[in-house]
Amino acid sequence: MVAGISSNTRRAAKVEKTPKVAGVATWVDDRTGIATAAKSQIRKVFPDHWSFMLGEIALWSFVVLLLTGVFLTLWFKPSMGETVYDGSYANLKGIPMSDAYASTLNISFDVRGGLLMRQMHHWSAMLFIAAMFVHMMRVFFTGAFRKPREMNYMIGLLLLMLGILEGFAGYSLPDDLLSGTGLRIADGLIEAIPVVGSYLSFFLFGGEFPGDQIISRLYAVHILLIPGLLLALIGAHMLLLVYQKHTQWPGPGRTNDNVVGFPMLPVYAAKAGGFFFTVFGVTALMGGLLTINPIWMYGPYTPNQVTAGSQPDWYMGIAEGLLRAMPNWETHLAGFTISWNVLIPGVVVPGVLFTVMLLYPFIEAWITGDKREHHLLQRPRNAPTRTAFMVAMITLYGVLWAEGGNDILALVFHWNLNYITYTARGAVFILPVVAFIIARRWCISLQRQDQNRLLHGYESGIIMRSPEGAYAERHVPIGVNEAYELTARDRDPVVELPPEYDENGVRAPRSRAERLRARLSQFYFGNNIQKPTAEELEEAHEHAAHELEKASDGHQHLHGGDYTGDYELDGTAADGHQFDGRHYVDDEELRGH
Amino acid sequence: MTKKDIVRPRSLGARLSAKRRSPFAGFVVLLLGLLVSGGAYAALAPASADTSTTSQSAIEHGRQLFLVSCSSCHGQHGEGIVEQDGKTNYGPPLIGVGAADVDFQVGTGRMPLATPGQQAAAHPVTFTPQEIRDLAAFVATLGPGPAIPPKSAYDTQNATTEQIVKGGDFFRTNCTACHNFAGAGGALPEGKHAPALTQVSNKHIYEALIIGPQQMPVFSNQVIKPQEKRDIIAYLNSIRDMPKYGGSTLGSLGPVSEGLWAWVVGIGSLVAFAVWIASHTARSKKKGA
Amino acid sequence: MPTGTDVAVPREGDTVIKAQTEADPIADPGLPPHVPRPTDVDERSEKRAERQVAALFGFSMVCAIGFCVAYFTLEIGDNPTVWLGYGASNVILGLSLGLALLSIGVGAIQWARKLMSDVEIVEHRHPIASNEESRTEAVAALSQGISDSGIGRRPLVRNTLIGAVGMLGLPVIVALRDLGPLPGSKLSHTVWRQGMRVVNDVAGTPITPDDLQIGQLVNGEPEVFFENKPDGEPKFEGTELLQAKAKAAVILVRMRPQDIHPAKGRENWGVEGILCYSKICTHVGCPISLWEQQTHHLLCPCHQSTFDLANNGKVIFGPAARPLPQLPLQVDSEGYLVAQSDFHEPVGPSFWERG
Repeated sequence: MVAGISSNTRRAAKVEKTPKVAGVATWVDDRTGIATAAKSQIRKVFPDHWSFMLGEIALWSFVVLLLTGVFLTLWFKPSMGETVYDGSYANLKGIPMSDAYASTLNISFDVRGGLLMRQMHHWSAMLFIAAMFVHMMRVFFTGAFRKPREMNYMIGLLLLMLGILEGFAGYSLPDDLLSGTGLRIADGLIEAIPVVGSYLSFFLFGGEFPGDQIISRLYAVHILLIPGLLLALIGAHMLLLVYQKHTQWPGPGRTNDNVVGFPMLPVYAAKAGGFFFTVFGVTALMGGLLTINPIWMYGPYTPNQVTAGSQPDWYMGIAEGLLRAMPNWETHLAGFTISWNVLIPGVVVPGVLFTVMLLYPFIEAWITGDKREHHLLQRPRNAPTRTAFMVAMITLYGVLWAEGGNDILALVFHWNLNYITYTARGAVFILPVVAFIIARRWCISLQRQDQNRLLHGYESGIIMRSPEGAYAERHVPIGVNEAYELTARDRDPVVELPPEYDENGVRAPRSRAERLRARLSQFYFGNNIQKPTAEELEEAHEHAAHELEKASDGHQHLHGGDYTGDYELDGTAADGHQFDGRHYVDDEELRGH
Repeated sequence: MTKKDIVRPRSLGARLSAKRRSPFAGFVVLLLGLLVSGGAYAALAPASADTSTTSQSAIEHGRQLFLVSCSSCHGQHGEGIVEQDGKTNYGPPLIGVGAADVDFQVGTGRMPLATPGQQAAAHPVTFTPQEIRDLAAFVATLGPGPAIPPKSAYDTQNATTEQIVKGGDFFRTNCTACHNFAGAGGALPEGKHAPALTQVSNKHIYEALIIGPQQMPVFSNQVIKPQEKRDIIAYLNSIRDMPKYGGSTLGSLGPVSEGLWAWVVGIGSLVAFAVWIASHTARSKKKGA
Repeated sequence: MPTGTDVAVPREGDTVIKAQTEADPIADPGLPPHVPRPTDVDERSEKRAERQVAALFGFSMVCAIGFCVAYFTLEIGDNPTVWLGYGASNVILGLSLGLALLSIGVGAIQWARKLMSDVEIVEHRHPIASNEESRTEAVAALSQGISDSGIGRRPLVRNTLIGAVGMLGLPVIVALRDLGPLPGSKLSHTVWRQGMRVVNDVAGTPITPDDLQIGQLVNGEPEVFFENKPDGEPKFEGTELLQAKAKAAVILVRMRPQDIHPAKGRENWGVEGILCYSKICTHVGCPISLWEQQTHHLLCPCHQSTFDLANNGKVIFGPAARPLPQLPLQVDSEGYLVAQSDFHEPVGPSFWERG
């Protein structure tokens, strides 16, 4: 049945064609020859798992951003020219402000649905970046970045960076007090760059901060340059996805050589299309019910005003936290100033974090020496060190994120602002390490648990009393499907140093890199639990059967759920409270496990 | 300016006397007018606060209350109690703080303070309005200080749009740095915080501006004029009363709470949808993974 | 327990395609058989699902019409329709649009889940790489092209080409020169001059020492921002005003004189306990005015740098490295507070040539 379907994708597509469709298709194909490409794509298979749809949230949010963004451009004036407000919002009437701010007020108060579109645009920007983060974490945790997908992983990270830049540019456009404060901080960061800082600042702002240029320049960046790059990279990201086909979870019938799931037309067209409307709808509901960036409350930007709780949007929170947690180091050398207090949090740390993330697939591939193609995902527990690394990164991010909102934490929970910062300064170094150790131990424990399930079965809840009067819980072998799933993974390749002396007693040259690699490999995989070999598995089951035989009187027949494997155990009985060791319980329902 | 303030109570008196036909009404209203205008004068000239209009019995009552509730920290004559290190105050001296200070601190429940700490926060008020008045009258006798402002000083009923706009500008220049753009409050060093202004009465905001309670700086009437203070209060009232144009305000705490909502509600609900989309329908109860 | 050392580690050059070893330790049992859904076998439940989906699409239509009705009936502008304290237009438009979209989404997904075929299809993967033949051909074509171009044989051409293309970077950079003027010494000076009055921000009124009480904070500006040119135009307006404000904004604070510990040379910078500091944070430039009158500390709301104004603006907490610049004050002949001079150092964030 399965095999029959696997090869009929083309045929099925033909069967569905009605003459009308065929007519249009012929017309198009006569001019484009697209049928060659389309024939395999129309029924292209996508595997089904919720975590495969996280990137889709980002994709659809991007579409919502384009749609709402176009609406906003119809009224927004990207100009810092001064005007006196005379719109509907009474509390700012007669206040001098930039055209940008005035037109944003106009969109919010004098264009019907304008406020909704503005809020949807802002919410979907937050969701766009958040979804990219979640998607990236999924890819990382499951090892989906391994060969052949390293390039797509890197494109994804670039998309994330561009998305953050795009968000910051958009945050700055309304020229309200908050966005102006953000630009002021950006200006401070730029000025701190050694040698050229003040020049860069003057060029960017078209003179001294705030100048009269930055809004129109950021506007071009925000609606043309970065969206163009985003679109191109998203296109490349999707093309590679289609060409390489999606990864899938290992399972019965799901191997490294196939992809099992539902066809693009109709199931994924409906599911993904439906998800687009869902994302759009959730964004619209958020835009309608939850205020975001109430620019009318902030007032126009002037450099002598500021508000408590001046914060960037969440995705810049890590940079904000870094700035806040950084000790006040500054070097004065030969008449020049190096502002470590700004450079380290503003440039160095984000740069290092991004580079490490970007290079991670290659670092891991170098350690494993693995050049194979991987299309099956790994469960996070089966790559304990990688999982722990990501958990450590998330912890680091979380600490800095919290520190970025330290004033809000202090206000809401009545904590001591200064202590939060002192704590963050320590936690940035300590917590990721603690998180790493815990996560790795946790993963290995989970691996051990899987191993136990494989070798000794699951705890049935049946307490057996031996003739000697000792009690023991009976373990029942798991089903073959589950057993296959648990074992459908690689053995970890721990790289061993070649022997120092070869068989002829000649000292083998071992490079420093080789030694480092062996050490890292040991660190990465040394403690992992490897899946049992077939012999070990057989031995364990024989042992279990033997134990059971000893314990029961040999009339019963074990029946473990969907267990139909080749290590069926005769002469034993199973399951729950109804089991008394003397009755045949084959027809009894097994308790869910 | 002073003229204007005196005119207001009279017109109020006129309205009151028209309603009340008691033969004493005119007299009472006149007395009230004198009291209020006296208060207004005192507010404008805090250095020479006049306490003669307050009866001696009220002051005596206030003194009794003071001895019972305040003197353990502030000293029997409001001279303050200095800690053993000779520098810090256990309770600061109250000489010259004026009636406005008492009305603010006691009227918002900040005083009496159960335990001295970083900051005295607002609590349910322990004294009756009459007791607060008497207590204020007593403290006002300790030394000249700002009097309790008359209602006309902070009544924003008739504020014009122009005044509200002006108040907004003053608010953003002088107040938002600590109290946040919507008056939702903000954090200060070492566990202190600038309280939210949304639940604070007009009178207490006015008083806080002239007395500078705790860490809050003073905004004297010479620098921020009484009219400008009233404008600030009018702006605060206007943003409190205006419709929530964009839906729930999420606490008006800025992007931090917005980010929290984006993750919890936005990403949370969309991931829930993703789980639903990929989940198998009813029959697959024995799903492998 | 196996440690995995028995696994041969593939080395550079190995072309191992399969990442999964067969039957190790369990053979692939194959895809489990398809189990039909209620909607596949029960016509009634199929009809019910169909009705559900159609009802969702129908509800979406109702919501879309609701959106249009709300668009025209709910007022915005200066007399907005208010509903339970909310701006009715935004809330109703958002609700109706959101529900319209959501119903389409949920309907389509429900359609796929309940009514479309849920028989899983298997598609075979082909190696990502091209086959060896294509690869050889491509490499050959590439080498042919490169060798035909003669780029390897003619280093002169190659090197001059690299030079020429590299040199094009210069026009690109030079063309950006007019993005802005050079900083010059602009970052080092403000509009403050000797004898310029400190006035109250927004109102523009000059200030005498007597106007300030102990514990007072005044957000100040130089008087020049409120002055007009002879032709009646303001001396500073628009961008220029903002640029000047970004450096010249100050705060005045008054403390008890005995609390102040002026550094050497700053003894006469204050007037009767009134000190004037730059309002621009030395970290990255936020305006700071969170002054705690009892501790004399000034907190920046952006990154929590804290300055002790009783002690020359010294940094006592947070990421700012330099003390807050102080503006020397005196009193003019009319008794108003004026600057003795400009700031003695650049205000605001640090920059390279600041020194």
